[in-house]
Amino acid sequence: MCDPTKLKTPIRMQTPARDPARDPSPEEKSWESNTLGPALAKSPERQREFTTISGHPIRQLYTDADLAGWDPKTQLAHPGEPPYTRGIHATMHRGRLWTMRQFAGFGTAEDTNERFRYLLAHGQTGLSTAFDLPTLMGYDSDHPLSEGEVGKCGVAISSLADMEVLFNQIPLADVTTSMTINSPAPVIWAMYLAVAEKQGADWKTISGTLQNDILKEYIAQKEYIYPPEPSMRLVIDTFEFAVKHTPKFNPISISGYHIREAGSTAIQELAFTLRDGMEYVEWALRRGMNIDGFAPQLSFFFNAHSDFFEEIAKYRAARRIWYKAVTERYGAKNPRTWALRFHTQTAGCSLTAQQPFNNVVRTALQALSAVLGGTQSLHTNSLDEAWALPTEFAATIALRTQQIIAHETGVTNTVDPLGGSYFVETLTNEVEAGAWDYIRKIDAMGGMVAAIERSYPQREIAEASYRYQQALDKKEKIMVGVNDFVSQEKPLEILQIDETVAHRQAARLKKLRADRSQSEVDRTLLALKKAAETHNKPSASAKPSSANGALHHENLMPHIYNAVKAYATLGEICDSLRTVFGIYEETAIT
Amino acid sequence: MPEKRIRVLIAKPGLDGHDRGAKVIARALRDAGMEVIYTGLRQTPEMIASAAVQEDVDVIGLSILSGAHNTICPQLMKLLHEKGMDDVTVLVGGIIPEADIPALKQSGIAEIFLPGTSTQAIVDFIQQKHAKT
Repeated sequence: MCDPTKLKTPIRMQTPARDPARDPSPEEKSWESNTLGPALAKSPERQREFTTISGHPIRQLYTDADLAGWDPKTQLAHPGEPPYTRGIHATMHRGRLWTMRQFAGFGTAEDTNERFRYLLAHGQTGLSTAFDLPTLMGYDSDHPLSEGEVGKCGVAISSLADMEVLFNQIPLADVTTSMTINSPAPVIWAMYLAVAEKQGADWKTISGTLQNDILKEYIAQKEYIYPPEPSMRLVIDTFEFAVKHTPKFNPISISGYHIREAGSTAIQELAFTLRDGMEYVEWALRRGMNIDGFAPQLSFFFNAHSDFFEEIAKYRAARRIWYKAVTERYGAKNPRTWALRFHTQTAGCSLTAQQPFNNVVRTALQALSAVLGGTQSLHTNSLDEAWALPTEFAATIALRTQQIIAHETGVTNTVDPLGGSYFVETLTNEVEAGAWDYIRKIDAMGGMVAAIERSYPQREIAEASYRYQQALDKKEKIMVGVNDFVSQEKPLEILQIDETVAHRQAARLKKLRADRSQSEVDRTLLALKKAAETHNKPSASAKPSSANGALHHENLMPHIYNAVKAYATLGEICDSLRTVFGIYEETAIT
Repeated sequence: MPEKRIRVLIAKPGLDGHDRGAKVIARALRDAGMEVIYTGLRQTPEMIASAAVQEDVDVIGLSILSGAHNTICPQLMKLLHEKGMDDVTVLVGGIIPEADIPALKQSGIAEIFLPGTSTQAIVDFIQQKHAKT
């Protein structure tokens, strides 16, 4: 009836190509012929190939044969010990839960201040600020290019006066704040530090995170102002300033989130983000900084996409790669440098405009992967993400989702509960190996700035994003409610930001410019420009990648701080730097 | 019988830099045999209208995710009208609240494609609209 020799070929067709070095045990071989073979003969598997959402092949079963040659003593070890595969703390979430940090910001500073206080009152443990597009691009709310964009994607902040309102009645000595701002990050940070100072909070103890990751802007999110080299100079200036004045503040959050949202695979997200991290380290070392002095203040930020195990493998591999990179490449000796700390946000791009309540489920599962992967801080998206900024109703469910994971599911009762799983450990190894391949390729190009100038990561991401869209169009991958299981639903009630925000901001700026001391503004802006000009331009013959403008110049942070305190606006400060540094325009690839 | 290829300008207006959708659409339309020009980021309505005239396009596809559509679209439609480009088909793709759709269509936008639209649906729409006889 059933001839096993004839079954051989169809079985092989249904499993991805096996590693030729893989040597299954006699028991596994016997299982294959006696149990698996007949089962497949009776009813074949649903698909010819199984892959992650990133297209990574997945086998039907993982066993000890997949981990042959893998040494758990050095590759897994114990939590709180190198290479940190199992987490950076000995007790992980048994000791302290992750920080529940919901990204929020819309309208004017008053509007967002109200939302901040609402979230804190409902058990949120840290703040995270979303700025509007004019702020992200270094324009004041009344700039012509800001028309139609003020307060839409985040809060409008044009000067220290706005920042004072944003954090009104929020004690910066106690609350940690994350700020999603990149090109204008030094200016926004100076405003934050000025508010902290006014509140009497000690800079030495305040804590928070500045995103300040310009490399991923060139790669993915595209909110850049200046060319790469002066932008890197500004980043390293903030590192120096942070080491000296704010030892508890993370001056950067090296971000894979936006790389993934732009359509990358999990391995690309991991590789480009960690190679960005190495790029910052290298520029700081060339500035003469000490790795163990600044690197403990570097933080990371990853996406939590929908492929559950691939994401968990990604976080575990991230810690291992960073440990290896900082010890082997840069000789770090400080365990605080070795341990990769990260924030996670669930994947906005995975959420659907169709049947939006399904997004609560997607977000919960993604958040669970981040928790199982050992995150230090988490943002869960709201169900209306594909339509607009969240309503208070949607934002509350998103926060409650984290609280349910933390307090009801029991997943926090033990550290790294998936450690030792044949599948999770194998996938962690494969994701790590894939990332190192990319990292070495970028090394060979001369580093990340050089790779960006060749559009290398941009092109890789565009390819991956097109492949995924084609898979959706062909229904090789399913998005529930989008290309399958479609049904009609009533439109959601969403948050709408009207143009009165822009008018209120314009009026406030007009008053600010009338009330402040213009001569003080002019004086501080001129000093800033002069300091910016001290920058050593690379010689014309030097290759952009090797020309390191981070050397020998004056740190701009104190000058920016002085201008901010004189109530110079964000736009005025960024314009001063634009006149010195110029602006960046990318080569558009499609 | 050689057909004139449909010419499409894909544009990314406003300050937003999220260009995943614009790039995917540009490539899908090109794969479907259309001639596609991508403007790159941060194009003002004036820049888009001039590019449309210069490139003599049949279709303009705007990718807008930032909520600035109610400002950008009417400005562009007015400029196109002034330049005698009333025949050009203007499409919008992105995050557009359903409540805003009637007014956008009123201003002359031919169709609005929301998140989750397949690239084939957009190809079909353009080909039907510009079926050359």
